[in-house]
Amino acid sequence: MRRNGPLALVFHLLFVVFMLAPLAIVCIVAFTPEGYLSLPTRGPSLRWFKAILGYPEFLRAFYASLWLAALSSTVAIALAVPAALAIARYRFAGREAITALFMSPLMVPHVVLGIAFLRFFTQLGLSGTFTGLVLSHVIVIMPFALRLVLAASYGIDRRIEHAAISLGADTMTVFRRVTLPLILPGVVSGWLLAAINSFDEVTMTVFIASPATTTLPVRMFLYIQDNIDPLIAAVSTCLIVLTAGLLFALDRLYGLDRLFVGSGKG
Amino acid sequence: MSLVASERNTPYWLAAPGLLVFLGLVIIPLGMTALLSFYDWGQYKGIVPTFTLKNWVEIATDSYFFEVFLRTFRIAVLVTVATILIGVPEAYILNRMAPAWRSICMLVVIGPLLVSVVARTLGWALLLGSTGLVNQGLIALGLIGAPLEFMFTETGVVIALAHVLMPFMILAVWASLQRLDPQIENAAMSLGAGWWTIWRRVILPQIVPGILSGAIIVFALAASAFASPAIIGGRRLKVAATLAYDEFLNTLNWPLGAAVAMLLLVALVAIIVGSNRLIERRYAQVFE
Repeated sequence: MRRNGPLALVFHLLFVVFMLAPLAIVCIVAFTPEGYLSLPTRGPSLRWFKAILGYPEFLRAFYASLWLAALSSTVAIALAVPAALAIARYRFAGREAITALFMSPLMVPHVVLGIAFLRFFTQLGLSGTFTGLVLSHVIVIMPFALRLVLAASYGIDRRIEHAAISLGADTMTVFRRVTLPLILPGVVSGWLLAAINSFDEVTMTVFIASPATTTLPVRMFLYIQDNIDPLIAAVSTCLIVLTAGLLFALDRLYGLDRLFVGSGKG
Repeated sequence: MSLVASERNTPYWLAAPGLLVFLGLVIIPLGMTALLSFYDWGQYKGIVPTFTLKNWVEIATDSYFFEVFLRTFRIAVLVTVATILIGVPEAYILNRMAPAWRSICMLVVIGPLLVSVVARTLGWALLLGSTGLVNQGLIALGLIGAPLEFMFTETGVVIALAHVLMPFMILAVWASLQRLDPQIENAAMSLGAGWWTIWRRVILPQIVPGILSGAIIVFALAASAFASPAIIGGRRLKVAATLAYDEFLNTLNWPLGAAVAMLLLVALVAIIVGSNRLIERRYAQVFE
């Protein structure tokens, strides 16, 4: 195979700048010592990071987002594991339709889901509650959880399970001691990818969150709609750093290329 | 006998919990929203559960809605074209890199995907403002005299969305590049083909399905994007998603908002399913 020529490398360099520039500018502006948006030409300052502490609503929203991500991805995985085993191992009537239904949140615009949940939860009296947020997030992150568990389930050698059964293990024991350990990498990375997607979700959540249950991205979005200042850049910087750490963990755990190739094709 | 029957039911029992949740939380709410779009609404009477085509007639006849949907479509098309023009060559370059470099560069491609879209759009708002770095750079280079207007324009929205959705295009193209046999390229070279001919006659035809599936994903996500158009486009430059948001949370005309949302959903599903069919028929041999 030929190597990349100089023209290709220049293109690549411009591309990397394009991809990283918006993230970099946010991180740089966050360190400004001035009271307005500017580059920290007089040296970096942590004043805007300290200022976050004066806005407890950002911290509250951050904790709400963490809880929401942890809870909803746990529920999604609990639903995805049996569903994935059914889809991976059995040929049954409606198998394709069921898979399509589980993957459908990828195709339905989140704004439509947000409206549908707002309408539905208002009727049920769940609008603005944390329960409502968890339920709605379970739906939108289910495709991510299912896809990774499914990929892991296709790969197991069923003879290992048969061996366990022939040695007298009952169904639950086989699942707990044999099947689950085998699909564990898929389960863990599915959980993580689902949690990240829940944590980042803004379009749907903006419809159903109340001031008391607002998540971090929604709080940031509403803040930016009013004004853009170094404070919001500092909050975003914390988020970017956190994500970078997660990305590193995910790469080590599962391999990013494996995680994302085919992403969005459901 | 009973053992066989229970074995046959096993997949349904396994899928049942998820299925129940999805029926209750996807099918029913979407059905209720579709129904809502036929309800009546008034400033003082609120939502009246009758059956009326009022909202649909309003969307079909009022040129404001036509303008918003046309803008949504135009933005989605431009974003798709931009991600193809940048993403396809970049995926090809990535594919030819040494593995160690490639995995670092994949982080650059995938990383932004995991950062909240709000943070990424904030970055573009900072870059594209009238005193932002992009304008300052262009002025310093002497390319323009006065700052260009990016904020609150379609150009700004397209730039931000192209950045947000670029990873989807690259991943789709990259997946199809990996199935490519490098020997074919070498064969073409040994027969004396130049790089442009190789690109056009050998590589491109083989990765077209990847480009098209990437294009469908990018188009669908661009047409339904909310946060980036809301931040960069501001309150005046409405797209379908921000229009529905306005009807729901500002005007409080839920039936009209529901009709806008349903139209967006139906149009998108039609476009996605239609183009999937077309691609599968046209490129059936490539997919096999």
